[in-house]
Amino acid sequence: MNSFWAITAATLVKDIRLEWRSKDALNSMLFFSLLVVVIFSFSFDPNAEESRQIAGGLVWVAFLFATVVALNQTWARELKNQVLDAYRVSPASPNGLFLAKALGNFIFVLLLEAVMTPLFIVFYNLRALGPAWQLIPVGVLGTWALVVNGTFFAALSLRTRSREIMLPLLLFPISIPAIQGMVEATRILLAGDGSARFWIVLLLTYDVVFTTASLGLFGTILHAE
Amino acid sequence: MKRVFPILWVLTALLLAYGTYQALVVAPTERTMGDVQRIFYYHVPCAWTAFCLFFTNLFASVAYLIRKNVRADALAVASAEVGVVFCTIVLVTGPIWARPVWGIWWTWDIRLTTTLVLWLIYVSYLVLRRFSDTAQTPILAAVLAIFGALDVPLVYFSIWYFRTQHPQPVMGKGGSLAPAMLHAFLINLLAFSVFGFMVCWSRYRLEMLKREVEQAQALESLAGAGARPAASLPLSRSAR
Repeated sequence: MNSFWAITAATLVKDIRLEWRSKDALNSMLFFSLLVVVIFSFSFDPNAEESRQIAGGLVWVAFLFATVVALNQTWARELKNQVLDAYRVSPASPNGLFLAKALGNFIFVLLLEAVMTPLFIVFYNLRALGPAWQLIPVGVLGTWALVVNGTFFAALSLRTRSREIMLPLLLFPISIPAIQGMVEATRILLAGDGSARFWIVLLLTYDVVFTTASLGLFGTILHAE
Repeated sequence: MKRVFPILWVLTALLLAYGTYQALVVAPTERTMGDVQRIFYYHVPCAWTAFCLFFTNLFASVAYLIRKNVRADALAVASAEVGVVFCTIVLVTGPIWARPVWGIWWTWDIRLTTTLVLWLIYVSYLVLRRFSDTAQTPILAAVLAIFGALDVPLVYFSIWYFRTQHPQPVMGKGGSLAPAMLHAFLINLLAFSVFGFMVCWSRYRLEMLKREVEQAQALESLAGAGARPAASLPLSRSAR
């Protein structure tokens, strides 16, 4: 168990250090979601009440697309110099690697959200009418929901032809309930109509189910040869 | 088996013809909806067949992950492909019926949405199969099938909650079926189940044959290489 966490920590620190030095994923995600915000903003040009109704959808679609940009880079890095093959023949636990990758992506996407949320508030004149603090659990659970499956499917599509196209094709259908949960919870909290509890519980359930499934099956897809 | 197969196909065709006759001629016309209601005799049996096939796919996928059996994988391919076809029929016939009866083509109703998401998941399954043609494809596809199966209950609950929160369009409430309608419906349910089973079986046989041919070709090319003096160890093993 100790070596499990050691592997997780080592991979995570390595990924963060690589990202810190290159800032490839973060920069492309940030710029990408900025473009989405701007394009949506002048395609819809909503008033304050309309923004509250549609902002949940816009925010999460922007984050979803940006997440795919980051996810496409996570495993591609390990293909260079056969790092992944080395990992495969080593006795190290596959789940340690998976967890580190998922946590790394989680941190990057949370950083992106921390930067982009103020921009959204400015561009769409948002002011939450519901309990705004609940947006934090929605954001954390929703991000994990995208990232855990995204990391898994990025690994799954790693050896397919044109994998960068494959990833969203696999990830989006499976993510539909999670996306609906995030969008609805955000909309309810912004517009202040009713309680978002069901959606938070749904996101939590989704996270628990798919984290378990990913950890249970990651070894299978890593060793699939 | 080879002799039974065409006979079963003829029987299926007869059953389908009888079902069509029952649905279009014998069953009475519905009082409020009119003739468009007859789509029901195709729509529901196709939905049932599609769900059975998706369930077969899940079962075959799990079996493949446990046993690594080629037959299970061939069954998974066959059931997913045929299931998507039947599910497409469901998604097309539904709006054709809904437009005159509900006045709208589509609504984000619980059954419609769940069926659509299921269809999307299985289309992505087929895309994965298409885009990946390495030896590990069966494993990846089986894993995706399990993820899809875990997803469907969550979709169902999210739509269920979503829809209880929003006003619903007026649904044509079926109530109980007249005996003649029920008869036609059950005949078609049986006919389409058998039809789906037969198509799936044909596709399964095709898949197995395809693999046999591929294997034979691989062995042949290995044997061809083996004739040269530079034959290496795995070749002599396959020749034995």
